[in-house]
Amino acid sequence: MSVRALVAQASKRASTRVATRSPTAFSTQTRTKSTQPNYEGHVPLNLFEHAFMFAGASYMALMHPARGDMVAAVGDLTSGPVLPGLRDKMLASTEGRRILKERPRINTQTVDMSKLALLPEGTFGNAYVTWLERCGVTPDTREPVHYIDDPELAYVLQRYRECHDFYHCIVNLPVNVESELAVKFFEFANLGLPMAGFAAAFGHLRISSTKRNKLFQEFVPWAVKCGASSQSLITVYWEERWEQNVDDLRKELGIWKAPEARWGKALSEAKALAQKKSQAAQRSEAP
Amino acid sequence: MQTLTRRLSRPTCKFAVVRPSWTSPLPTATLRLNHTSSNQGSKDVDSRFTHFGFQTVREEEKESLVKGVFNSVASNYDVMNDAMSMGVHRLWKDEYVSSLRPGARGPLKCIDLAGGTGDIALRILDYARENYADRETSVDVVDINGEMLKEGYKRFKKTMYHNTPQVRFIESNAQALPEEQFPDNTYDLYTIAFGIRNCTSVPDVLKEAYRVLKPGGTFACLEFSRVTNPLFNMLYDQYSFSVIPMLGSILAGDRESYQYLVESIRKFPPQPEFAKMIQDAGFATGGLHEGKGGAWTDLWGGIACIHRGVKV
Repeated sequence: MSVRALVAQASKRASTRVATRSPTAFSTQTRTKSTQPNYEGHVPLNLFEHAFMFAGASYMALMHPARGDMVAAVGDLTSGPVLPGLRDKMLASTEGRRILKERPRINTQTVDMSKLALLPEGTFGNAYVTWLERCGVTPDTREPVHYIDDPELAYVLQRYRECHDFYHCIVNLPVNVESELAVKFFEFANLGLPMAGFAAAFGHLRISSTKRNKLFQEFVPWAVKCGASSQSLITVYWEERWEQNVDDLRKELGIWKAPEARWGKALSEAKALAQKKSQAAQRSEAP
Repeated sequence: MQTLTRRLSRPTCKFAVVRPSWTSPLPTATLRLNHTSSNQGSKDVDSRFTHFGFQTVREEEKESLVKGVFNSVASNYDVMNDAMSMGVHRLWKDEYVSSLRPGARGPLKCIDLAGGTGDIALRILDYARENYADRETSVDVVDINGEMLKEGYKRFKKTMYHNTPQVRFIESNAQALPEEQFPDNTYDLYTIAFGIRNCTSVPDVLKEAYRVLKPGGTFACLEFSRVTNPLFNMLYDQYSFSVIPMLGSILAGDRESYQYLVESIRKFPPQPEFAKMIQDAGFATGGLHEGKGGAWTDLWGGIACIHRGVKV
């Protein structure tokens, strides 16, 4: 290209720049990625922010694993490549398509816990509430998805996060560290989510060697065999199966119970949340 | 703020494409603003609107929203300040207090507004003690937020000023200091550091400052302000809007409060305008320019700024 043409091109670029940017505008045009959220709770991140959040959140999640929001953030930031595949699996099954269409959420407002408790023993609904009580957890403490840009993929990840407890329940594992790791291995084999992979790969470094041995000798073989051979659990419309017999459900999905685990004391998560809610209600009532 | 964000991320909401959540936390307030002028008719005669970061909210609501923000940041406040400014806020506060030279002309009665965690109060007392062997200077630490005052009280317990008449902690609104507790013409020095932008009505704060200061007393305000250099401003904006909310979510688990904090900085009037407001409240200031003889001094290019005035 001739020098003249290059100069013409450059000056054209410069003139359009000047036309659209005044000195003050120059200093305020700092983002190349839109900051408008695509859904409620969405936080758009550009590449630098993505990397920064990943570094910070993974450090925080490792140092303080109780920071559920940081664990969720790492999940959000790493699940990007895998979610389209999961969404396609959902689209390939009738049940999954129904889930994507209706987008059900799982928490104490959308699920009638008292009705489930009245179901006969042996049903999935009853097994679920029994498991919740036994472990002392509640579905209300799941962190919403923030860092996935596409609303549908964000929903898929949110659905996975909310169904995590169902996976616990269906394979009959509690919520202590070794059992969580076993479920992570199971989830990684079944769904392929990177966060589950990280937890599986590095989570065992923080537990005692006896627990680690038990994990790798008993639970991991089970998790990998069961997770890999069963149906993709993201496609299961759990809310339609409350009355189904639990063993029938397992047979249908192609999974079987995990080896016997150590069931410790119930956590105080559910009680703490209930207390916080009643305190907030009291405070809002008081003048 | 916590209840606000909890409500926004309520599990029952679906992932439909919605209007951006943080432009309408209080739908009725903004809708009304869009369709009617705010002071029209007898119904709306009292509802005025102000900014809460980049959102528009009713004036009455701003106070409780800000309260919510500071309730949730209180316990991590000092840690977060260090992380966000990479420790530089300490340099700014040191510069602020040393430029005032408390104790140079005898013991002072000081009042520190929005002084919650006691950063400025401690510096004033230490400066007077170390440079002038002054143990009579006193600081009344006033804050609208009880949680922040609790943090300040805790910090002061570790110092020699605990349980002495040199420091007092009082919960009050800077815009309306009760006359019995804060009579006219009481104080020699009125300081407010990084607090005035959170107040709903800055002129009211300045009016109260004028009232409680003795004639000859000094009003000094340390606040975030406008960076004058456009290139540096670009980097500063980038840092503010990218890194600070992320640090908020990582360190404190609260992105929204820190988003509010960086937005509130942008909404605060620039240096000359604020200097004019100080003059309008009755204070004598330097000329409307920066630096020697001026009404304000920029720190770090304008990221922070010290405005001074004297009650005549």
